[in-house]
Amino acid sequence: MSAEKYLEMAIAVPLNQILAEHPICRDFFMNLRLQDLDWNLPLMQALDHSDQEAISEFGLDRGMILREFSLFLEAFSRVAADAAAIRSLTIIGGHGKSGEPEITQWTATVGEIISIVGPTGSGKSRLLADIECLADGDTPTGRRIHVDGREVDEGQRFDMEGKLVAQLSQNMNFVMDLTVKEFLEMHAGSRMTRDAEHAIARCFECANELAGEKFALDTKVTQLSGGQSRALMIADTACMSSSPVVLIDEIENAGIDRRQAIKLLAQKEKIVFISTHDPLLALSADKRLVIKNGCISRIIETSEEEKNCLDAIETLDATLLRLRTRLRHGDEISMNTLKGEE
Amino acid sequence: MKLITFAGPPSSGKTSVILKLIEAMAIDVSQIGVVKFDCLTSFDNLRYEEKGVRVETGFSGKLCPDHFFVSNIEAAVEWGLKSGFQTLISESAGLCNRCSPYVQGILAVCVIDNLSGVNTPRKIGPMLKMADIVVVTKGDIVSQAEREVFAFNIRQVNTAARIIFVNGITGQGASLLARHLQGARDISSLRDMKLRFTTPAAVCSYCTGEMRIGAEYQMGTMKRMEFKTG
Repeated sequence: MSAEKYLEMAIAVPLNQILAEHPICRDFFMNLRLQDLDWNLPLMQALDHSDQEAISEFGLDRGMILREFSLFLEAFSRVAADAAAIRSLTIIGGHGKSGEPEITQWTATVGEIISIVGPTGSGKSRLLADIECLADGDTPTGRRIHVDGREVDEGQRFDMEGKLVAQLSQNMNFVMDLTVKEFLEMHAGSRMTRDAEHAIARCFECANELAGEKFALDTKVTQLSGGQSRALMIADTACMSSSPVVLIDEIENAGIDRRQAIKLLAQKEKIVFISTHDPLLALSADKRLVIKNGCISRIIETSEEEKNCLDAIETLDATLLRLRTRLRHGDEISMNTLKGEE
Repeated sequence: MKLITFAGPPSSGKTSVILKLIEAMAIDVSQIGVVKFDCLTSFDNLRYEEKGVRVETGFSGKLCPDHFFVSNIEAAVEWGLKSGFQTLISESAGLCNRCSPYVQGILAVCVIDNLSGVNTPRKIGPMLKMADIVVVTKGDIVSQAEREVFAFNIRQVNTAARIIFVNGITGQGASLLARHLQGARDISSLRDMKLRFTTPAAVCSYCTGEMRIGAEYQMGTMKRMEFKTG
């Protein structure tokens, strides 16, 4: 529906009817300090009885509020619809820090997990930044990003910007003072999720499967442990965020089931990039990109032999986890704990 | 010369964003100038100078920062033209949520940070509402969900703006911002152009130095709260 149609609706239809269908509108009036309107009236009539001076403090008059209200309705009807669904991302190579050319072209498709390896400062973040802004030869690397095998036109770029990439990193924290439930409700609200209750329950369940220690819906997000926070962030990104590309920066020490977490994301029709040097994660990926001096210098498909190593690595990892669990419970460690015979 | 106006609450990351933007624009720093409008003190000029960017700083002191901005921006543009800049950036620290140092037809960027609270966008007012581009900083330290909710709340008050996440430390997002600023209009003067929003009206006894509390000392434009009894 166009803004003009919403304008006609806002003129004719009583506010409470519009609110019933678009609950988000309540925020529009709250933002303008107009909580006490007569909701039985259409907008213009309701505004007749409101404090004109308060309206003018926002630099508005009745006509402008009407216009803004229809734009608001139009903008948020779009939010509900816009999941930037993509099938694949193609990186057309640019050049490294000293101008040397990199691999010519490489494509990642949804469901794929790609690890990114390389020393600090090698250009891992730059690669992400290129993907995020859908580089068009206009960044220092000269890379171009194509979506679904095609160049991105201006319209698409406009639609996708800022929605393409969801990011998770070790430095991220929850800063809102809310319970897990309130937090998920807030996120679902902003996504205008239709079946919010179900989405919240699903997300909460996933998070608890990933977390070493369980938490409750009424736990404050700021009181979650590092591992629990990470688990909630991953579950939330998988279940609620619409971004088709997920970039994960170093989650190794979080104390969560990492392999399962990555699988969860890949199952959700997303392309997952993990910047990591954790062998378990790096080898769980389908491929790994080696970044050197600003270039993608090599793309390694995880070989059969590497996959076979995974079991041994998992055993090592399980041993460490066992030690951690024992320490957490105040137990002592012995050689038998190491061998797993206790 | 292109003019771009930046505004945002103190410590939201305006200077860091502008510096990363200048890097991303990949042009000679001698072609860029910055005018910093601040209130009492600022150390940002040092950060610009370190990067070789020419900067002039003005302090509004006891005046309203918006009034200060509008009475100096024309001269700032003249300075920019005389200095031969291709781009002039004005940076204002919006000091009350009502601040809105934007001019009609001149690209306006508002910088706010993710740490300022998830409902803050809904309270900021014209500085956010009237901007063409909203840059969100410090997204690297909050969760994806909080970034999304924050962007959603920005959208509530400004349905038309582009929202761009920029990391003021690593510069991630700066090239996207640079791309959006390419469309800034070339100007040769600001004469007769208009602000996007009125500046706060306050011509009262306190403007002229009155300090005492009490009705008998209050003259001019006053607004009084109503307190319910019982």
